[in-house]
Amino acid sequence: MNVSARKDGKKTGEIFLSSSSRLPGKLFPQPTSTLVIPYLVSLIADFCVILRSNFSDMSTETIEKPALTPKDFATDQEVRWCPGCGDYSILAQVQKIMPTLGIPRENIVIVSGIGCSSRFPYYMNTYGMHSIHGRATAIASGLKGARPELSIWIVTGDGDGLSIGGNHTIHLLRRNFDVNVLLFNNQIYGLTKGQYSPTSEEKKITKSTPMGSIDHPFNPLALAMGADGSFIARTMDRDPKHLQAMLLRSQAHKGASFLEIYQNCNIFNDGAFEIFTEKSSKPEEALFLEQGKPLIFGATQNKGIRLNGFKPEVVELGDKYSADDLWIHDERDFYKAQILIRMFDDPALIGHLPRPFGVFYETDRACYEDVMTMQLEEAIAQKGKGDLDKLLKGRETWTIS
Amino acid sequence: MADQQEVLNEVVIKFAGDSGDGMQLTGSQFTNNTAMLGLDLATFPDFPAEIRAPIGTLPGVSGFQLRFSSDRIFTPGDECDVLVAMNAAALKVNLKSLKKGGRIIANTDGFDSKNLRLANYPDGVNPLEDHSLDSYEVVTMDVTKMTREALKEIQMGTKEKDRAKNMFVLGFLYWMYNRDMDNTITFLTEKFGKKPEILESNIKALRSGYNYGDTTETFTHRFIVEKAKMEPGTYRSIMGNQALAYGLIAAGQKSGLPLFLGSYPITPASDILHELSRHKSFGIKTFQAEDEIAAIASAIGASYGGNFGLTTTSGPGMALKGEAMGLAVMLEIPLLIVDVQRGGPSTGLPTKTEQSDLLQAYYGRNGECPMPVISASTPSDCFEAAYEAVRISIQHMTPVILLSDGYIANGAEPWKFPKSEDLKPIEVNFKTQLWEGEDKFQPYLRDEKLVRPWVIPGTAGLEHRIGGLEKQNITGNISYDPDNHQLMVKIRQEKVDKIAQHIPHQKLDSGDQKGKVLVLGWGSTYGAIKSACVELRANGFPVSHAHLRYVRPFPENLGDILRNFDHVLIPELNNGQLIKIIRDVYMVDAKGYNKIMGVPFTRHELIDAIKAVAEEK
Repeated sequence: MNVSARKDGKKTGEIFLSSSSRLPGKLFPQPTSTLVIPYLVSLIADFCVILRSNFSDMSTETIEKPALTPKDFATDQEVRWCPGCGDYSILAQVQKIMPTLGIPRENIVIVSGIGCSSRFPYYMNTYGMHSIHGRATAIASGLKGARPELSIWIVTGDGDGLSIGGNHTIHLLRRNFDVNVLLFNNQIYGLTKGQYSPTSEEKKITKSTPMGSIDHPFNPLALAMGADGSFIARTMDRDPKHLQAMLLRSQAHKGASFLEIYQNCNIFNDGAFEIFTEKSSKPEEALFLEQGKPLIFGATQNKGIRLNGFKPEVVELGDKYSADDLWIHDERDFYKAQILIRMFDDPALIGHLPRPFGVFYETDRACYEDVMTMQLEEAIAQKGKGDLDKLLKGRETWTIS
Repeated sequence: MADQQEVLNEVVIKFAGDSGDGMQLTGSQFTNNTAMLGLDLATFPDFPAEIRAPIGTLPGVSGFQLRFSSDRIFTPGDECDVLVAMNAAALKVNLKSLKKGGRIIANTDGFDSKNLRLANYPDGVNPLEDHSLDSYEVVTMDVTKMTREALKEIQMGTKEKDRAKNMFVLGFLYWMYNRDMDNTITFLTEKFGKKPEILESNIKALRSGYNYGDTTETFTHRFIVEKAKMEPGTYRSIMGNQALAYGLIAAGQKSGLPLFLGSYPITPASDILHELSRHKSFGIKTFQAEDEIAAIASAIGASYGGNFGLTTTSGPGMALKGEAMGLAVMLEIPLLIVDVQRGGPSTGLPTKTEQSDLLQAYYGRNGECPMPVISASTPSDCFEAAYEAVRISIQHMTPVILLSDGYIANGAEPWKFPKSEDLKPIEVNFKTQLWEGEDKFQPYLRDEKLVRPWVIPGTAGLEHRIGGLEKQNITGNISYDPDNHQLMVKIRQEKVDKIAQHIPHQKLDSGDQKGKVLVLGWGSTYGAIKSACVELRANGFPVSHAHLRYVRPFPENLGDILRNFDHVLIPELNNGQLIKIIRDVYMVDAKGYNKIMGVPFTRHELIDAIKAVAEEK
């Protein structure tokens, strides 16, 4: 949202307000609008004072900007993913939700690393940086620290975000910068043409593992939970509605959002997630989480998950068990989230649990950039604004005449 | 009472003891006290990499060398006049740097059989008793015993009491050099104000040391060094890392850009992180990243967002940051990488000095990846070098490397500090809209300096994407075109080369414009080279000295200067790095003088090296 300062009808200043800041952002009419304050105001602090004290009885003029469409978020660059790649769907869903966020295009930055997914910024008509392998999270940390008001989206993959950039991913999560991490997981290295990734299943035959991979794979959500991620969710490229919903939830979360997106690489790892995404098997294999609702799945919604002590088990709904006996999903339950995240069975196993999709966990924790800014404000409140001459002079000087 | 005073021209003292003996604190207190008297001074702290090496052993010795003078001086001195040895190991390690006839002030308690054994003296040998030190003046005192005695009424353990030993010694030296102790008492009061016993014990020990000198009349007279004949003005004492941090803060203030430091702790650069993190009231954001790569990456993110992003490190960290520097070269955004060099390769000598990262700074990245390189030559010069590095980075939209090293980072000297109003403002031009006649934003359209516009996120209408892939000239779109790649490589090189048009011409630091020998230096060897050249010329030996601040690109007139001399000598604390570049660029048959021992040059060895070069045909 833009707040403009005008004097005699001329714009003298403009700031962007995020609804998550300490300003009364929620009071403003949605979507994007411009609030014109009829005074020359140069400092953000002054804006805050005026907004806080005068907002209710101030006469304001609201100018509607033309609403943006998904097309406004597309660039003139040719999209160069392989035909049939799951990335196309993810790009389309991101472009669809962007206009609904009420964030001006110029305040959105997409930062990526290296890999197929990391071409993403070139196709989004926002600010963007296609950086170096694994470092998007670290670059975004600096950008968010420097410019907390920006809406920052990190696009990464299982190689970029969990292998070469794994260190930065966990540290971004624990620091809880208010950014969105979209981790495209295709369980393979695509750009380097087909080596196994840190999420590839054991025994996988790839170009670099002719006798099968001997690496034990990551469970990305467990890693995020271990790093104290404040928002942890999973979705898939083949379910556009769910994907859109998860993108919106990621954006709505104040803090680091970690969204794993199962993405099909139809060239090097086709069908890796078929069992969860194809109509024939999806109802039995994918469990969609909804806040406050029992964990139910199955072709006729005939199965559920019950907690037997700490152990989740599948039960048939009917005579013996009803929905009342089932695990009721609570995104805010720290302990149950860990069990839910560990529902990560190999679907080839007999008696395996279904794979959950949705928001596993969300909590509120202070964001790094906010506390960083507050420390600066606190230092200025305590010592006054930095005085360069005082600093250079120091405490002890002598004069030679 | 020893009321007689002997006026000395200069003194070099070395405080040496175990790492736990507080020698660095003692040395820095004596330094501050000296600075306040208007003397010129230079310091050289020399400490082990281990936080606490085994007590009493040779590797555990920590030293602090201070030279003060009523003349201008440029180094901490080749040899000491006074060696304070808190134990046998400290004597053994430092005796070779004591002048013949110099004074040893020895703590006898540190020469008991255990300490002698730890210092590898043969059984039954005590240098304080076997006349091996007869060519020196030895003053012995049982510091431990006297400190305990002085503190006997204070309720605290013996171990705690012994921690005040260094204050006893400091007090004694204050007496010896006829000093006032107020600055140290103020310092102690601020440091230990909340711990009254510790404060009391330190002040008591300090006074006892002073009084001990006074009542025992250890020397028949006390010593005075008079004010230095320095340029008129107001001075303060400053250390290199501190000056570097101040230069950055000043550049931030004068450019109006908030500073964002992404850093991972590493010796000997960490003090810049510590210093900047203390100055949040200047709007400085400091981010202790998870590793060296994240440190520079976060700084790149901050610069992309319109802050001035910088990162501080040392050699091993430089190696890790290489790929990210390449990204910054491709993005063409401002960024500063500060490398406080230390002995290498690998972990090398973390606490010792070396100039061995020059070629890494020049070439240590994949691809054709030119970056400007600036070097600092003295502790106070770190201020100007940092300020200048930021200016170049912003005005030429390029990452810049600033080289300092452990010697100047931890060394101190008097600094005639500038006033804020005298610092030249650093102009920043964010592009905020399309220019007239421009229908589409072209991120890589350049000005006459070949500099591209800086557009930061949040600027409506100029949304664009940048990245590490090769980009098409002007549009910045991805391009794999062969001709375009060659063109872009040449443009990026030329952009850095053109900086030479925007930096001052090289000046000679001393000597004639033309002649037999030119000594060309860079970085922290400044003081030693200058001292050697000054002494040689005073003795009628013609030699000139030029010292580089701008290492890449070189000042436009450097070639002309080099060709004005029969011989060019390039002394470096490495195995010959600048010399390779100079020979390459100017085809000059320069000679090197190289020392790779983790310690600075001495004046004497440089004098010999210069004479040797002059004798060549």
